[in-house]
Amino acid sequence: MRLLDAGEAALVVEFGTTVDPAISDRVLALDAALQADPPAGLRETVPTYRSLMVHYDPLVLDRAALAERVGALADRPAAARAAAATWTLPCCYDPVVAEDIGAVADLVRRSVAEVAALHAGGAYRLYMYGFAPGFAYLGGLPEALAVSRRATPRPPHPANAVMIGGGLAAVATFSMPTGWYVVGRTPMRLYRPGQDDPFPVGVGDVLRFEAVDADTFAALDRRAEAGEVVARKEA
Amino acid sequence: MSPVFLSVLAAGQGATLQDHGRHGWLRYGITAAGPMDPLAHATANRALGNPAGATALEIPLGGIELTAEGGPLGVALAGGAFRIALDGNLVPPGAALTLRPGESLTVRAGRAGAWLYLAVAGRIDVPAMLGSTATHTRSGFGGFRGRALQAGDRLPVANAQPGPGEVCTLVAPWLDRDPGEIRVVLGPQDDYFSQDQIAAFLERPWTVTAKGDRMACFLDGTPLTHAKGYNIVSDGIAMGAIQVPGEGWPIVLMADRQSTGGYPKIATVIGPDLGRLAQAQPGTRLRFAAVGVAQAVAARRAEAEALAGPIALDPLVRTDFPSEFLLGRNLVGGVVDGRA
Repeated sequence: MRLLDAGEAALVVEFGTTVDPAISDRVLALDAALQADPPAGLRETVPTYRSLMVHYDPLVLDRAALAERVGALADRPAAARAAAATWTLPCCYDPVVAEDIGAVADLVRRSVAEVAALHAGGAYRLYMYGFAPGFAYLGGLPEALAVSRRATPRPPHPANAVMIGGGLAAVATFSMPTGWYVVGRTPMRLYRPGQDDPFPVGVGDVLRFEAVDADTFAALDRRAEAGEVVARKEA
Repeated sequence: MSPVFLSVLAAGQGATLQDHGRHGWLRYGITAAGPMDPLAHATANRALGNPAGATALEIPLGGIELTAEGGPLGVALAGGAFRIALDGNLVPPGAALTLRPGESLTVRAGRAGAWLYLAVAGRIDVPAMLGSTATHTRSGFGGFRGRALQAGDRLPVANAQPGPGEVCTLVAPWLDRDPGEIRVVLGPQDDYFSQDQIAAFLERPWTVTAKGDRMACFLDGTPLTHAKGYNIVSDGIAMGAIQVPGEGWPIVLMADRQSTGGYPKIATVIGPDLGRLAQAQPGTRLRFAAVGVAQAVAARRAEAEALAGPIALDPLVRTDFPSEFLLGRNLVGGVVDGRA
């Protein structure tokens, strides 16, 4: 573990430099421990693949005291982390909405149905949110779908796009240009504005995808738009 | 009593509403937004007795033209040395005044500074989103309908109060900031650069380019080189982080930055110097100076103490001063200091 200053009001607790579930476990364990008993002056924590950024008010929380606290908590075994939830998200792989699934099928020399089955067969850890609001980076993509990202970005993808690229998977809440491939769309909103729990799916949770046809997708999408959580959660 | 509005008669690009920022949601990829120059934003608010982080207008170089509707409205202005006029009469850039229906307050870029803050006596009544009214235009979040202000927008002001009867200058000497050096704490990824490249980063002059916006300040100069590549596995980004992408020109990530990123960050601008950097107009040459965390915290403490007390308002008697006096805050500051 290394402590790196990001200015005088943020400390990066780095557990490694790679994408690795064991490193992520340590990040999430420290995050949970700090959230459970936050020291006065802790502002917010940002878990990423390999590090936890701890934002703090240095006029309230001294850097040395924070470092000591982090050091003590980081030595705890990762198993202390609260059990993550598993979510099953409906996902439509119909090329009508899964705009790039045909391109991926060509790249990996399989049929569209095989790509959909491979993707839906995976169990994905939500490593981190980043890049954009409600943009979830997922590990656990089956090896057979490990395509590079695009050399140049494609035009904006639809909202709630299920994407792959660079050996990772993602769910992107807001429409924007992307270097990833859109292989599906989920009606589930990872960001639910105005709700008590605007981000129901937490970092460290496991995501599974369940194929639905275009009609089912459209029906679920309307229900989700009205505020319903259309993914299943198992604790 | 009729409702009071602050109405936009004309607006350049990028004028937004900003409060203290949308904090606590970075873990979900939500950018904090908030003011580019937090010290000037807080000063404008505090001059009217508002909480330091209350919703205020952030006005970039494109300027704005405003009026009040429904009743007189107190406003305070602080930030860059913009050209400000109330019905054609110049007003110093650090000022409090009453804007009356039918009057026009115009703000134009001036000799220095890139952002001006306008706070109101009352509360700009727009809905909070995730606990904040800060506008993040790329996400369409917050502020007035999630976007920059436009001609025709009417901002409702709750509990609107008039300001001083005459134009007053704000006694806020902490805003007379020398552009000087921008202090940084090295890291978090300074180990991606050799010692001579870190020395070059600190010794070379850097020029602020016109490409900057609320997301980042782009610097031009002799590019830096990386010791071990320029891709890192994404980690968190603090405001003021100086990332160095492949081409080697540093980019300082500001209020509208992404929450995470994958370029090495050689250093981080300290909190008290973020506003000074943000206020640097395109073409400004600057240097960075490395300080330790303890020095940065001391500077932060001094800033907090300056803002803790009430901000005095000195009446400005126009006829006492030649017009060029009104064009420069340094001159205004000098006269105010002389009276104190």
